[in-house]
Amino acid sequence: MTSDLAGNGTAAGSTEAKVTIRGLTKSFGPVLALTDIDLDLHENEFVSVVGTSGCGKSTLLSIIAGLTERTEGSVRVDGAEVTGPGRDRGVVFQGSTLLPWLSALDNVKFALQDEPIAAAERTAIAREHLSLVGLDGFEDSYPAQLSGGMQQRVALARSLSYRPGILLMDEPFGALDALTRREMQALLIRVWEKHRLTVMMITHDIEEAIITSDRVIVMSRRPGTIRAELPVPLERPRRPEMNADPVFRDLFSTVLGMVHEPAPIP
Amino acid sequence: MANSVLVASPQSLPGSRRRRRVGEKISRRTYAISSIGTFVVLFALWALVTLSGFVSPLFLPSPVAVAERLVTQIQNGQLASDAATSVYRIGAGFLLATVAAIPIGIGIGTSRRIEAALEPLVDFVRYMPVVAFVPLTILWVGIGDGQKFLIIFLGTFFQQVLLIADAVRQVPRPLIDLGETLGLSNAQILRRIVLRSAAPRIWDALRITLGWAWTWLVVAELVAATSGLGYRITLGQRYFQTDTIILYVIILGIFGLITDQVMRFIGRRVFRYERISR
Ligand SMILES: Nc1ncnc2c1ncn2[C@@H]1O[C@H](COP(=O)(O)OP(=O)(O)O)[C@@H](O)[C@H]1O
Ligand SMILES: [Mg+2]
Repeated sequence: MTSDLAGNGTAAGSTEAKVTIRGLTKSFGPVLALTDIDLDLHENEFVSVVGTSGCGKSTLLSIIAGLTERTEGSVRVDGAEVTGPGRDRGVVFQGSTLLPWLSALDNVKFALQDEPIAAAERTAIAREHLSLVGLDGFEDSYPAQLSGGMQQRVALARSLSYRPGILLMDEPFGALDALTRREMQALLIRVWEKHRLTVMMITHDIEEAIITSDRVIVMSRRPGTIRAELPVPLERPRRPEMNADPVFRDLFSTVLGMVHEPAPIP
Repeated sequence: MANSVLVASPQSLPGSRRRRRVGEKISRRTYAISSIGTFVVLFALWALVTLSGFVSPLFLPSPVAVAERLVTQIQNGQLASDAATSVYRIGAGFLLATVAAIPIGIGIGTSRRIEAALEPLVDFVRYMPVVAFVPLTILWVGIGDGQKFLIIFLGTFFQQVLLIADAVRQVPRPLIDLGETLGLSNAQILRRIVLRSAAPRIWDALRITLGWAWTWLVVAELVAATSGLGYRITLGQRYFQTDTIILYVIILGIFGLITDQVMRFIGRRVFRYERISR
């Protein structure tokens, strides 16, 4: 364990991870949502977090995003303590957060409007990112005209368009049907393998966690703690068929067992 | 028994009409015919009971008498000047209320502090009968246009504030979170996300309260005025000109309907994205 680093005032060194969480605790009044979380997210690493509903996954993500205040502990991004949200951390939320009055293209451009670049370049970047998520030809569609999967792709394009170093995703495909979800996973893998960045994705789909990630974090039931950090020893590029690989199956059963195991009595 | 129930069900009888479903869509034409039909029936009924002499013209004048009165009022120029006066009053009163209500409603909808300070008060005041304020307002500002503005203001402002605050509160939290993660300031979030997102609901609130404003206008003009549509109704009452009263009541109805339709039309145009679907 590396928790001895917590709060000792170590200056940010070149060895520090992209995101460093030490001794993180969060309570909502009497409800203890997270307790004593230590976690590192490394540069350009794809990490998934799995755990039962209500174990504090969203709370953890929201704290890293700077949208929720922590009760105790330290969260550093690029060596600096998180004090609020910022453009270094893009977020893809579970539900649709597209602005219904803007077309797909304008939704992406919405994230770019304060960048000091020419309007034409803004449009070009937005188009490029819609194309990256396979939405060529849907630039002028309004969110209401797009399927759930397409809406999440626009949201992903928007989050990538301004090049945050970290992408935080809270069950981005949770509301989609199984088939669309598989498509989205393949798309996400393709996009990430092309444009690497640090990703933390929350999911309740263990297969999704394994197929996409370098590392799977398993959280215990409330109060949320980190039960295990499991590296995924599958080669890249990842392919959907890898879910038949014995390595995948083994890891799947391990994670499944951990997720459902009752919390140890303290 | 169970069998006969099945056989009698509408779907299984080839010649029977298809069952109508709750909230079923109908064509624009059917809709228009039904709407106009209601008016035609009512009008016919009105013509029947008055022209047949069943009801005395003193209580309810016939459509013919009202039409004649309409011609007179147009020719003597009173209708135009009454309408102009009233439209001016409602325009000014409503504008004042709206200009004040929008920032306050937004404040209540976005800040718990402002909500705590103002909402209970607004909620309380809006239940006070505006009609009862008429004598007071006359005492305060006389019987000129200012008093009309004030009554329209009192009648609409408090309702607007609450409706606008609600519209703002309905902006989904994740959209605000999104704005924060994009690095927007609170002012930018307010302008680019909250107001934009609440705009269709705010517009609806204005449309509904504008309808009420017509009522408050007439209330103010009935009690103390020397001009306006409501004043003409008071005169009609004084001289037993029921045809004038009916005429002006109908005109007020038409004005209300027109403003409502215009507001709806603008809303549908500006917020076109609200009506699109896959
Ligand atoms: N704003 C809040 N106020 C009170 N309790 C909350 C709040 N947000 C989350 N919680 C509680 O914290 C726990 C963790 O929630 P959450 O992070 O949403 O879990 P997960 O995303 O893993 O399903 C839950 O028990 C939830 O009820
Ligand atoms: Mg959650």
